[in-house]
Amino acid sequence: MTNDTFTLGGKEFHSRFILGSGKYSMELIKAAVENAGAEIITLAVRRTNTKKNENILDYIPENVTLLPNTSGARTAEEAVRIARMAREIGCGDFVKIEIMRDSKYLLPDNEETVKATEILAKEGFVVLPYMYPDLYAARALADAGAAAVMPLASPIGSNKGLATREFIQILIDEIDLPIIVDAGIGRPSQACEAMEMGAAAIMANTAIATAGDIPRMAGAFKDAIEAGRNAYLAGLGRVLERGASASDPLTGFLRD
Amino acid sequence: MAENQFFIDSARLSEKALNKKHRLEQDPSSRTNHMEYMPGMEQISPEIRERVLAEMNAYDSSKYTDADVRRALQHETCSVEDFKALLSPAAAPYLEEMAVRAKEETGKHFGNTVYLFTPLYIANYCENYCIYCGFNCYNDIVRKKLSMEEIKKEMQVIADSGIEEILILTGESRGQSDVKYIGEACKLARNYFRNVGLEIYPVNTDEYRYLHECGADYVTVFQETYDADKYETLHLMGHKRVFPYRFEAQERAIRGGMRGVGFSALLGLADFRKDALASALHVYYLQRKYPHAEYSLSCPRLRPIINNDKINPLDVHEKELCQVLCAYRIFLPYVGITVSSREQKHFRDGIVKIAATKVSAGVSTGIGDHESKYTGKEDAEAGDEQFEISDGRSFDQMYTDMAGEGLQPVLNDYVYV
Repeated sequence: MTNDTFTLGGKEFHSRFILGSGKYSMELIKAAVENAGAEIITLAVRRTNTKKNENILDYIPENVTLLPNTSGARTAEEAVRIARMAREIGCGDFVKIEIMRDSKYLLPDNEETVKATEILAKEGFVVLPYMYPDLYAARALADAGAAAVMPLASPIGSNKGLATREFIQILIDEIDLPIIVDAGIGRPSQACEAMEMGAAAIMANTAIATAGDIPRMAGAFKDAIEAGRNAYLAGLGRVLERGASASDPLTGFLRD
Repeated sequence: MAENQFFIDSARLSEKALNKKHRLEQDPSSRTNHMEYMPGMEQISPEIRERVLAEMNAYDSSKYTDADVRRALQHETCSVEDFKALLSPAAAPYLEEMAVRAKEETGKHFGNTVYLFTPLYIANYCENYCIYCGFNCYNDIVRKKLSMEEIKKEMQVIADSGIEEILILTGESRGQSDVKYIGEACKLARNYFRNVGLEIYPVNTDEYRYLHECGADYVTVFQETYDADKYETLHLMGHKRVFPYRFEAQERAIRGGMRGVGFSALLGLADFRKDALASALHVYYLQRKYPHAEYSLSCPRLRPIINNDKINPLDVHEKELCQVLCAYRIFLPYVGITVSSREQKHFRDGIVKIAATKVSAGVSTGIGDHESKYTGKEDAEAGDEQFEISDGRSFDQMYTDMAGEGLQPVLNDYVYV
């Protein structure tokens, strides 16, 4: 299993669990990262650079890759500006594009996301766009130079799990980029299911942030993601949808 | 319904002024039409206002039953009808259940975070006679308008304390504090703070656009009460008297490019359940029209003012306030909820764990007194305060207390783009 890695922007990752850093206290971030075994952690650019008090960057272990996000952006242009800010303050070349034009559901705007991806990929960013699982948009993102595609499982923060299951499966089947399931994953079992489907990785934040024991829940997600990945690699057995199969095959009449 | 005694006569008013004041107070025909726009006031579509007011006027909170409340709490999505039930007296026995549900919703949308900010009053001149407000033009208080140098000094003191989000306030006087003056204050604030909000008199769309360009991105306007008839009896003179122009301020602010807008009724002025309903519906309908904007609600209660220490929020006790805040959270899970220093420490510490997402710290509602309040240096020239605060915790204390409650204090979650 140690050879089972995936690559983003030329960087190899062993862990398939991307951890969010918003919504919970900084002292817990370190413990969560350790228990999660996470190698990538997201952070909102708008939350960085806190002057006098704790800077979130101080709490993230050095071997972990930072994935700054552009939350707060409402257009491609704003996302591009926030991504450039992230690079300037030393967050590296990775960027997760988040463009929301709806403050109620925080659903991503695919059209603007494609535009921003194209601009930032040309500027050398490793672009991971957060998107609504639409096949055409995913293809456009791939064409625009995205390093992965991050479809949502259900509305962000809702903990409702794989509401978009069928459409994520289509992206996994059709897009030649890692598909990282992001947003809405509420429990380890849902993360496990997405991994069984063939997702490359899982991103979670609220599910961990709102758990009673944050480090422990981070560990539970880690185990579930590994289990799902193993199941995918092992090849899932046949699932009988409606009763047993007929003992006389329908094609038994064929002679030569 | 019980009423506050608001009228106070200053011995320093001239006879002519007193006569005018008394006439305004006693003779409704001496007052202007509060539904009529004054010259220069921009008019936009009244659609949202009409919808909110029609719904509020039809609301009879006494007709909701135990069963309505239980049904509302079972629904995954809280409808307008459900919200009305949660605001009703029938919901009182369900306060704990409402709090549990509200906490869950807050967690989903905000995790364990709590935002800290501080208000900065830069002037307390006012051209209005709002009978419950300490800044009203007939109230005998020390008036002051800070110069740019003084504003800088105040901002430096506040920024040194660690605060990154500031809310700039003025009394409502275009004459003393014009848009240009406020714009200059915003430009200064951008040098000291990451996030600049405004709570000033309502202005036109192009003026909001100008203030946005100067660095402000959030605008809060309190409607005070959504009951237009009651509003007329509380705001006797001045621009603020024009009810529809004030109501439409947030919509103009959004159209002027502001990222977020804040709303509030001042509870204790009229039927608080109706006011809470209208405040939330104001947000709800605007969000449907402008889904990209950010929305927030405050829930202040009436407080004593200088020269009148008897003003109180009447029937809105802490339980009622908590009910309103929980109902807001369940109906509008995505909005920010601010609880001001009008409330005491125990209430603020409790409510941030249930529904509120933002609290002020290191608060002064006076003018130019941050240095004396933060550092103990005497400053004899400060202007008087708008109302008495109940929670005087410093920024450091608030930060420590919030962290002690198991919350993550956030100083900034915003970037100006």
